[in-house]
Order: sequence, then C-alpha cells, then structure tokens
Amino acid sequence: MRVPPPAPPAPTDEQLALRDTARALLSRECPPARVRAAWDEPAEAAAAPPAWVALARAGVVGMTAPERFGGGGLDAPDWALVMEEAGRAALPGPLLETTAVAIPLLAALGGDALCDRWLGGAAAGRAVLAVGLGGAPYVADAARAHLLVLEHAGEVHAVERAAVTLTAQPSVDGARRLARVAWQPSAATCLADGPRAAAQLAAAFDRGALAAAAQLVGVARHLIEATVDYAKVRTQFGRAIGSFQAVKHHLARAHVAIELAWPCVWRAAHAVAGAGADRAIAVSLAKARASAAALGAARAALQCHGAIGYSFEHDLHLWMKRAWTLAAAWGDAAWHTERVAALILDPTSQGPAHA
Amino acid sequence: MSEARAATGDAATDDAAFRAEARAWLRAHVPRHLPPMGSPEGFAAHVAWERALFDAGWAVPAWPARYGGRDATIAQWLIFEEEYYAAGGPPHVTQNGVSLLAPALFELGTDEQKDRLLRPMAAAEVLWAQGWSEPGAGSDLAAVRSTATRVDGGWRLHGQKTWSTRASFCHAMHGLFRTDPDAPRHKGLTYFLVPLDAPGVRVSGFRRLDGDLDFAEVFLDDVFVPDRDVVGAVGGGWKVAMATTGSERGMILRSPGRFLAAAQRLVELYRRARATASPLDRAAVARAWMDAQAYQHYTWQQAGKLAAGQSVAAESSVAKLAWSELDVAICDAALGVLGPRAELVEGAPDAVDDGAWIKAYQFALAGPIYAGTNEIQLNVVAERLLGLPRE
Repeated sequence: MRVPPPAPPAPTDEQLALRDTARALLSRECPPARVRAAWDEPAEAAAAPPAWVALARAGVVGMTAPERFGGGGLDAPDWALVMEEAGRAALPGPLLETTAVAIPLLAALGGDALCDRWLGGAAAGRAVLAVGLGGAPYVADAARAHLLVLEHAGEVHAVERAAVTLTAQPSVDGARRLARVAWQPSAATCLADGPRAAAQLAAAFDRGALAAAAQLVGVARHLIEATVDYAKVRTQFGRAIGSFQAVKHHLARAHVAIELAWPCVWRAAHAVAGAGADRAIAVSLAKARASAAALGAARAALQCHGAIGYSFEHDLHLWMKRAWTLAAAWGDAAWHTERVAALILDPTSQGPAHA
Repeated sequence: MSEARAATGDAATDDAAFRAEARAWLRAHVPRHLPPMGSPEGFAAHVAWERALFDAGWAVPAWPARYGGRDATIAQWLIFEEEYYAAGGPPHVTQNGVSLLAPALFELGTDEQKDRLLRPMAAAEVLWAQGWSEPGAGSDLAAVRSTATRVDGGWRLHGQKTWSTRASFCHAMHGLFRTDPDAPRHKGLTYFLVPLDAPGVRVSGFRRLDGDLDFAEVFLDDVFVPDRDVVGAVGGGWKVAMATTGSERGMILRSPGRFLAAAQRLVELYRRARATASPLDRAAVARAWMDAQAYQHYTWQQAGKLAAGQSVAAESSVAKLAWSELDVAICDAALGVLGPRAELVEGAPDAVDDGAWIKAYQFALAGPIYAGTNEIQLNVVAERLLGLPRE
C-alpha cells in the first residue's frame, strides 16, 4: 500500500537567514533599474552579470560547491529559498545554471584538476558557468560564461568559452541572453558517459527544473505584490480599483496558485536533496505548478494594471517576461505533467509516487 | 489538538506506529458499502459505523481523551484521514457536529457545555445539523432574520432555517439568531443550540441535486431554549460562527486524505479504461492527481504552522478554494475517461463503479457553494491576505 512521504520540515533558521541575506543584497544590488540596464547590454558582452560579485562574496554563488573549494557545501532546501529571491528580484544571469546545476555536476564528475581549476573560481565569482542539457536547444548566458557544461549523446562535457561558437538567439526577455552553441565534443572535453553520466544528468536536470520553479514562485510573488500595491492607489469611479471584486478575484486566484505551488517546490527541494525514488514526480509537480502559477500571476498583474502595465517604460514587463521564459525553460507545465502521467499511468509504471 | 504525543519521543517513530495501528484497524473494520446518508436506513447505517469508530477510539483521534479522542497530534490526524479514506471509509455522519460545532465549543464553549455535548456528539448519540442559512441569508450570512427573544431562564426562537444538511434525521441544530434587532447587524447575533424535537420545531426535508433527501428546512415557532444552550456571549454569535468557519473552510473539514484516495481511484479508473480514453483525458487525469498532491503538500505545510503555534485563520479560505476546485477536477477527469458511460447511475447494468463518479461529481459541485461560496473566499483572500480594501 501507498505510504505518503514524510512532510518536509519547515525552513531552518539558517536557511531563512541565508534567504534574508540574499533578499537584502538583491534589493541593493539588483533594483529594477539594474534589471532594465541588463536589457541594453550587447548580447555578446562578457561583463559579469548584475550583483554577481556581491552574491559570490556573500557565499551565494558558491553555496553548492564543496567546502574545500571555498563553497558552502549546501543542498537544495538551502538554495531553493535563495532562488525564490533571485526570481523576486528578476535577477539576470546564470545563478540557476552556475549554482544549482553546473557546480554540483562538476563536483560530482570532474577530476581533481578540473575541480581545482573551476570550482574555487566559480565560488569566488571569477568564473561564470553555463549549461546546455538534454533537449534544450539554447544555452543561457553562454557569452559571459567561462566554462560551459554541455550534454552530448548521453555524455557530459566541459568546454571552455574559447572553444565554442555562439549564435545569439534574442529572447523576449531582454535580460535573458540565449545562444545556440556549436562545439566539437572530444575525449578531452568528456567528463563522463554511460550510466554514471545518465544518473548525474538526470539529477542535474531536476536541480535546474527545481531552481526554475523556485525562481518562478519569486517572480509570481513580486508580480502580485506590485499589483496589489498599485490596486490600492489607482482610483477609478472614485474608488481604489482594488476594492472591486473583479480585480480582487484576479489577484486572489493568482495568490492561491502561488500558495499551492510553494509547498510543492519545498517538497521537491527535499526530494532532490534526499535523492529518493519520488524525485522526478516531486520536481515535475513543483515545476508544473510554479510555471502555471507564474503565468497566471503575469496575466492577472497585466490585467489589473491595465494600459500602464502594457507600457514598455513600466517595470512590470521585466517580471512578466521572466515568468513567460522561465515557465517554458527546464520543461514547461505540459512537459512536466506528461512526465508525471508517464510515471503514474502507463503500464510499465510502478503506480503513483511513494508506491 | 494536543502535541503531547510528539513531545514524548521521536515524532516520526510515533507517527509510523500510529499509521500502522490505524491502518490495521481500518482494514479490518471499514464497511464495504453503506447506503446513502440521505435516507432513514442509510442514516442509521452510517450512525452504526460511526459508533463503531468511536468505540475503537477513532471517531475523533485529535480530541482530548476526556471527550472520546486519543490526543493525536495534527500530523497524526492527517495521517489518520489518509488511512481512513485509503481504506474506503465513508464520509462522517457526525461531520456537522464534529467539524462545525465542536471547533466553536473548544474555542468559546463553557466547560459545562464541553462536558455535556462533545462526547455524545463524537459517539453519534446526538447528531447535529447546522442552522445558518435562511431564505434571505446565504453568502450574506449577517442578514439572518430568525430571532431569539429573552424570557425567564432562556430564549424564545422564531424563524426559518434552510439548506440544513440531514436535519430531518438529526437530534439538534446549532445556529445563528438575531437577539438585538437594533444593534449593527454583525453585533446583534447570538449562537444557539436547539433540540429538533422541542415543541414549535418543524423539520421539512427536501432533495438535493442528486435526488438524496439530504436537505431540510427548519421552521421555528416560539421554541424555548435555556440559557445554558447559548454558545459564547449574547451578541457574540458572529464570533462563534467565525470560529467555526475557520475550521469548516479549511482542513478540519477537508483533509487531503479524501482527495488523495479519490485521485488514486481516478488513476485506477484510467488504467482500466485507457483503451478508450483520449490523450486529453490522460492529461486531465494526471493534472487532477497532481492537484491532489499539491493540496496535500499545502495542508502539511499549514499543519506544520499550526503545530508551531502560528495562526492560519484566513489561510483556510485558500484551502477551501483549493479543495473545492480539486474535487470537481477529479470528477471531471473521471467523467471524461468514462465517456458515454459517465451518465450511468447506480443500478444501471453497465454503470462503472456502480455510478460512483457521477454521484461524486454532483456532490463535488456543491463544494464551491457551501461553507462560504468561492466568490466570498476570494474576497477573504483579497482583503485579509493581500490587504486590498473592502468594497
């Protein structure tokens, strides 16, 4: 018989302290003007992403690196809360890729020389890492990465920036810089193949999807908070528009979706850290719910702002477009729902999670 | 609810032992099939089952032992609910007492009331109906017009209540009456307990959407209620009602166990019917199953907050919106899988699961309406959680 999973513990004081540090740092180093400025940087620019050095100094970028490389040795429940803050700030740059995906992947598969060379630098903020896994056609922030961790035919490769050719693929989110990456896999670039690579790639993908889900919750929370603030002060018909039920219900529905998404993210963070058999289902539930919640929040936010939210000069679109793009990255809601369907419904499946 | 058990040892070990004990008992005792509650014989069958539960100590596990519970923690209560519905346990005929009146008594009742009322309520010796709605007071509950007038030693009640679930079969009713017609409308209400066999009470049953005799109107004509059957302060009825709705909307009424079990049955239905189900049905099944998981994770998070001593009052509206829409989504998905057989009801030779899904669908459609419509819940979320101004 099915045994439901133990409920994950509430965030620890240390986890909350790290989240608060990240929130304060990002509100200082990555205000909306800085997000907007990132739109204007040339696609090929190799400058450090916003707040990157400050995040590294605070131990955020390297939080997943082993301690002997100057990292924090922390796991998914620790960084999930930080990723939510990155989403809340609409932080541009590859924090998700570097911290949640690439650093643990290199630590697991890289030899001593590779880890010595890259992990300390990544934790210190000197080396930016980008990733291209599985079916993802584009690599985010490839132009400003120093090392790219790439999947090729079930193998994991580490390729330096100088060895790849990039074709920029501008995104609707101008702060998100995508490129198609052309490169030559070789024995020298290959870190792992076979079952060892497959297991690590699957874990890395789930970390990426989890981090995206956590960021989406942060994006969605910001969208609703900003819209609630606006609805309290914008008046029409002589009243604050937030007093109208039609407006309230848009925002309340979006809030409910966020409130239901976050516990799924938190549960998935513990499933990722525990490497249990239910990791795939937990992560897919989190990403599907967070994607839907963020897209819903974006619709509600735009509708309740009205025409002012449709203006490019207003900051709303910085978050709205992040919601669109992150919802589609690392598997959209449909992809993750199908992954769950295959696991719980298909004849070869073992039945629902926790069987 | 007591946290005493968790404090005595390793909570995870305690919880595993609790789950094993509950599962073993439920597997051995849950009845196969009971007739619907909305009939005299069905009601009697459910009462018999509830008394068996009580005698084994499982009717109200989270209550203090002195009232017939076993001092289970919130986590253990959620575990019990999961096991209860996974074992096929029926809905609780005592629900409108245990889930709706008891929370208000625990919060605002006197010791005498708790000692007198709680144990017979849990033991299904006294069955309770709810007397809130009136023909003119639904979502606008404070528009209640039924009155109570002070007399020597008590009160005289007049008026009409409606949508009172299974009042035709119950012994007593709890509800709101206007005691001060001159006070502001939320302040002039008082909460009363009314025996349904008292002189002047007339109960008239009527059928709900699925045809079951589950609703009743209750007419009160000069019904005497003694002072000891006032809950909370005179003029404090709204506060009592709100103490109830916090639990009614939230997990006290709708723990995730019921929906997890329904989602599991949906998965099993799909596997049986997959040859004729479409890819869109498959997606709807997966989505509904995921909705149930999400509600479980949300509820456990809320239970953790409660156990840590935090209040989750207005969050109960989030839970109510979630479970009521989840329930409809599960049934929608099942009916989609069943296709042309979805409409077959109990007794039809080809009905799948004896028509259980179309029956469940009709019940689920009540969810967004009762316990405060979902539109009212959205207002609560917007005003109390998001801080938007009142209309």
